[in-house]
Amino acid sequence: MAGGGAGGGGRTQSAAFAPVRLWLLLPSWAVIAIFMGLPLLIMLVYSFLTKEFRGGVIWEFSLAAYDRFVFDRGLFGDDPPVLNTTYLTIFARSLIQALVATALCLLIGFPAAFYIATRPPEQRTLWLLLITVPYWVNLLIRTVSMKFLIRENGPLNEFLMGIGLISEPLPLVNTDIAVQLGLFYSYLPFMVLPIYAAVERYDFSLSEAAADLYADRWTILREVTLPAVRPGVIAGCILVFIPSLGAFLAPDLLGGARTFMIGSLIEEQFKGAAGDWPFGAAAATILMTIVLIALLLHARAEARREV
Amino acid sequence: MKDGGQADAVELRGVVKRYGAVTALKETSFAIRDNEFFTLLGPSGCGKTTLLRMIAGFEEASAGEIRLYGEDIAALPPNLRPVNTVFQQYALFPHMNVAENVAFGMRMKKVPKPEIERRVAEALALVKLEDFAARRPSQLSGGQQQRVALARALAPGPKVLLLDEPLSALDLKLRQAMRVELKEMQRKSGIAFVFVTHDQEEALTMSDRIAVMSAGEVRQIGDAQKIYEEPADRFVADFIGETNLLEVEVARTGPEGAAIRLAGAEFIAAPRADVKAGEKTVASIRPERITLVAPAGGLTGVLERLVYLGTDWAATIRLDDGRQITARAQNAHGQKLPVGPGERATILIDEGAPRLLPR
Ligand SMILES: Nc1ncnc2c1ncn2[C@@H]1O[C@H](COP(=O)(O)OP(=O)(O)OP(=O)(O)O)[C@@H](O)[C@H]1O
Ligand SMILES: [Mg+2]
Repeated sequence: MAGGGAGGGGRTQSAAFAPVRLWLLLPSWAVIAIFMGLPLLIMLVYSFLTKEFRGGVIWEFSLAAYDRFVFDRGLFGDDPPVLNTTYLTIFARSLIQALVATALCLLIGFPAAFYIATRPPEQRTLWLLLITVPYWVNLLIRTVSMKFLIRENGPLNEFLMGIGLISEPLPLVNTDIAVQLGLFYSYLPFMVLPIYAAVERYDFSLSEAAADLYADRWTILREVTLPAVRPGVIAGCILVFIPSLGAFLAPDLLGGARTFMIGSLIEEQFKGAAGDWPFGAAAATILMTIVLIALLLHARAEARREV
Repeated sequence: MKDGGQADAVELRGVVKRYGAVTALKETSFAIRDNEFFTLLGPSGCGKTTLLRMIAGFEEASAGEIRLYGEDIAALPPNLRPVNTVFQQYALFPHMNVAENVAFGMRMKKVPKPEIERRVAEALALVKLEDFAARRPSQLSGGQQQRVALARALAPGPKVLLLDEPLSALDLKLRQAMRVELKEMQRKSGIAFVFVTHDQEEALTMSDRIAVMSAGEVRQIGDAQKIYEEPADRFVADFIGETNLLEVEVARTGPEGAAIRLAGAEFIAAPRADVKAGEKTVASIRPERITLVAPAGGLTGVLERLVYLGTDWAATIRLDDGRQITARAQNAHGQKLPVGPGERATILIDEGAPRLLPR
């Protein structure tokens, strides 16, 4: 939009300094390649190899891992392939859990971010600090303490019984709700911070202009404020959705057998003797591919929105 | 208050605005007439924006009443007030194109679609932006954005249009052209414009009436000629145009004016009922009402500096009692001033030109 003028100087420079710039960028490229590209490549390759019992792989091409994810061929592999819904169900449940967690974070995070961004500047830092304080503590410890909070004789149940809202303690642990709480609590700041940054940059005279032109509060929010802070909202949703989808700590610690999520499934393949590395790698590849496709579709839709 | 039975467009009754301990607007009462180009003029921080925002409904008055065509609007939020604002930084919606921006107010008022389209086209024609309907605000120049803001505020058909320094972001040439256009638009639309500016030239060229403000107070309201010729106080005299503010003594008072004594010479000032002989007061004398002639008694001094300004000569004279005054002489008929720099001169002042101001 506004980049047209600023680009001019950069272009003349880039011609003269191209070789130098390439060398200066080399360390960054190397780090990205070694620590981000290579692991992905290993994951991709392993998903097409043959599993070795007790973990590890045999270097022999095989589609068995993907096959196992989708089909059931019976115990000895001679039955005709039947669609295996076990893993697909886990996958679908993870997707729903992650979507719900994202929606929940948005529901709470947006007003919170909005509130913080509209405080006087000197108060904002304090509020942001308060939002991030719990995150100075290790995720594992936070998740365990969440379990203590919501267990049958934990503070939450005692409080609810104390005020007479319930007579029996709610069995929250090992339910989807507990996993939701865990995910929500783990990733809320990832929603708040990008939205905060967007709202802080938002020009509130736009809201005044809309009010001046007969828009009520909700219409202003929907038609003027939200479109303006959209990039922040989307960034927040992506930052919450992706780790929620692959989360394993919250489902492991707060959920039970019925709340198994794809993250735990993958984790299991690499942990015990029962592990199946190619299968874990295949599950992770499928997960990543779907997220990637969703993001690409989104990016294309965004690009079309721009004039 | 009433003008031929018709209520005033905007009427303020004892309006005050305080921010904590700061009083942004002291108790103010005045009326803006129907179909009038009314300007709030004053230096930075005098409370112009505050006053405008209270009429729009963005700020609540700490005391007093604001009436719009007779109706008390104090309790109405901005979206229920039939007034529209042109914001200083335009505040155009960046994610909507020009036509959508202009249509916004009408869409909110639930105007039928075909009528919205017709009126958007009309409004864009009025500001000469027919060809820009599909552009985003970011693809427009400052002047074009300013026109969109104007079209957007006018299209829903407000009863009063509020404009907060809408020309200040434009360059001089464009600003001068827009002055004429704005005045023309006000005439065509037939509604009252309340225009905020700190530029006195802007105020003088466009306004039917001007309210001169200073430090949260309205000092004087009147048309351009009135506030220039008959300033109510020192501030107005000094703020509007150039003037000489001089301490004088009232010699005599009479029906055709007061005789004042200035450095031993006597001049006739405009009549004022509340001055008495022997009183010391301040007179405002406009430079163009002062003439320099070859020394011949009366009020005399030395011409210290002479500046050529094209249409005018600006002369700075040191009076014999040490005070300085400035005079303007028109550069008409190719005449030269009868005195040169460093020479002595007699200073003549038009009869009735000095205005006696409250001290
Ligand atoms: N929200 C606020 N809180 C405290 N003081 C304020 C607030 N808004 C305005 N003021 C004060 O009120 C006074 C009038 O402000 P206002 O914005 O109306 O001035 P203005 O005449 O529009 O000036 P300018 O020409 O610079 O825009 C100023 O002294 C300002 O500091
Ligand atoms: Mg202002």
